[in-house]
Amino acid sequence: MKEYFHSVILDETKCNGCTNCMRRCPTEAIRIKDKKAHIIKERCIDCGECIRVCPYYAQNSATDDLNKLKEYKFNIAIVPFSMYGQFSSDLDMDKIFQGIKSLGFDYVYDEAHAADIATISIKQEIKKTDLPKPIISSLCPAVLRLIQINFPSLIDNIIRIESPMEIAGRLAKKKVMDEYNLDSDEVGVFYLTHCPAKVTSIKNPIGIKNSYIDGAIAIKRIYGDILRNATTVKKVESFSKGSSLGIGWAKVGGQSEALGIENYIAVDGIENVIKVLEEAELGKLDNIDYIEAMACVGGCVGGPLTVENPFIAKSRIRRTIEEKSKIMRVNEEEILNLYKEGIFSLTEEIEAKGIMKLDEDIKMAIRKIEKIKQITDSLPGLDCGSCGAPTCRALAEDIVLGYATIDNCVFRMNKSTNISK
Amino acid sequence: MNKKDDTIKLEYDIIQNDFVRAGEASSNVKKILKQLGIDSKIIRRVAIVTYEAEMNIVIHSYGGKLLVEISSKKIEITAKDNGPGIEDIEKAMQEGFSTASNEIRELGFGAGMGLPNMKKCSDVLKIDSEKGKGTTVYMEIFMKSNQN
Repeated sequence: MKEYFHSVILDETKCNGCTNCMRRCPTEAIRIKDKKAHIIKERCIDCGECIRVCPYYAQNSATDDLNKLKEYKFNIAIVPFSMYGQFSSDLDMDKIFQGIKSLGFDYVYDEAHAADIATISIKQEIKKTDLPKPIISSLCPAVLRLIQINFPSLIDNIIRIESPMEIAGRLAKKKVMDEYNLDSDEVGVFYLTHCPAKVTSIKNPIGIKNSYIDGAIAIKRIYGDILRNATTVKKVESFSKGSSLGIGWAKVGGQSEALGIENYIAVDGIENVIKVLEEAELGKLDNIDYIEAMACVGGCVGGPLTVENPFIAKSRIRRTIEEKSKIMRVNEEEILNLYKEGIFSLTEEIEAKGIMKLDEDIKMAIRKIEKIKQITDSLPGLDCGSCGAPTCRALAEDIVLGYATIDNCVFRMNKSTNISK
Repeated sequence: MNKKDDTIKLEYDIIQNDFVRAGEASSNVKKILKQLGIDSKIIRRVAIVTYEAEMNIVIHSYGGKLLVEISSKKIEITAKDNGPGIEDIEKAMQEGFSTASNEIRELGFGAGMGLPNMKKCSDVLKIDSEKGKGTTVYMEIFMKSNQN
């Protein structure tokens, strides 16, 4: 099995071993050892909470840079819908698209356009009567990973339609190959990303075999260049763009609005998502039609690789939506045919990841649980984090799994020193 | 060596009318079952029955306890409350039948699905109730089950 790649990485030279990221990590995937943070990669869902809270900018996302464009003859930029909130509303979106193109791209494709296509497909898909309720959106890869790790019983609730990013990648590549008579490997498709989990999902796709995206470039790394290009560019083309409904996917609640679903839950912020999924797992939300769960506050507009404050970005998107037309510039009949052929459907099983499992043998696991309980009871219960684990219980688990010892607890250490005196 | 199987025993106090904490016990049990690597379909069933049992104590009783015992073969759930007892168990087992007050119903509870759901999701269900004294609901869910 190939080693699991994940996007969030730590720059050890910048890390000073404070406990901010460890305490905020929603899956308890971070430990501090020898004054440096360590990410337990199997547990990481790439939500980017640690990137957001790190005061030393030591946590980051492994993304590509513009040099990678040299590897291809023809380069496509997929502009995410979150881009609509990143720049002042005085700046015309065509200028921004032009600014992106002049970074070295030959073709620019609006993800909001692909969101329109996803909307049409999902509208069809949810007509199926045998889908388990509530249906869960497949947009946020951090949430999908969270479900795989922590809520496997909800895997069947995930809608089996690809995310707009993948739809965009596939359609843009095909269009360019046909139009310019190019081979697949001559065309590079780059996603300008607000999101570390999207980067991960390109290398480890969820629900599809291979991603249609060849690379991902963090918005914050090219933001200045886009702004400079956009304000100095002389000639501006008119780019084909998504409808206001497609752009709305950038903010939480936008999908349900586009789909015309009334009985939905739109939840943002990974901690809030966890609470809602807990309720869903207890069977309390079986009467809800659709759950739009987004790891970032505000939705994709709040992605950790963006520049603009999420609330300002969200407000801009709201205004953009009001100004723009809801009419989709797509051939609906053609999309429906593609949908019927299953072009936009997920092809692979989304598997449960039994990462939380303590032991392959259930009898051993039961003993370990008992042991964890005993150790937890013997710890002070302050969850201070000084041992390098986020909670006393997490330390107890680490001890039982052999990753730590009871001496890691500073309070226990004091006790034993006192005794020896 | 013929040692008795290890079991995990969990005990939760459930307080009458405490809607805020209701669900805590079931969430806790769920986390432990995930650490044991139990099949997610079984976890879901256990989660549903413990939650329903918890809610029944919160809504209908004067308070009680939820006991969960996990072994490698089965999960046993006992919900024990201090009254008032169920008047007609047969009726209580019918879908849609509920003695919950209007206020409770306005909160979205008391749909009369509690016991029917527990029956649907468990492999064994026994109810022991005495008017004026209290109710004990005992359930078993097998680790390897014929149900889906």
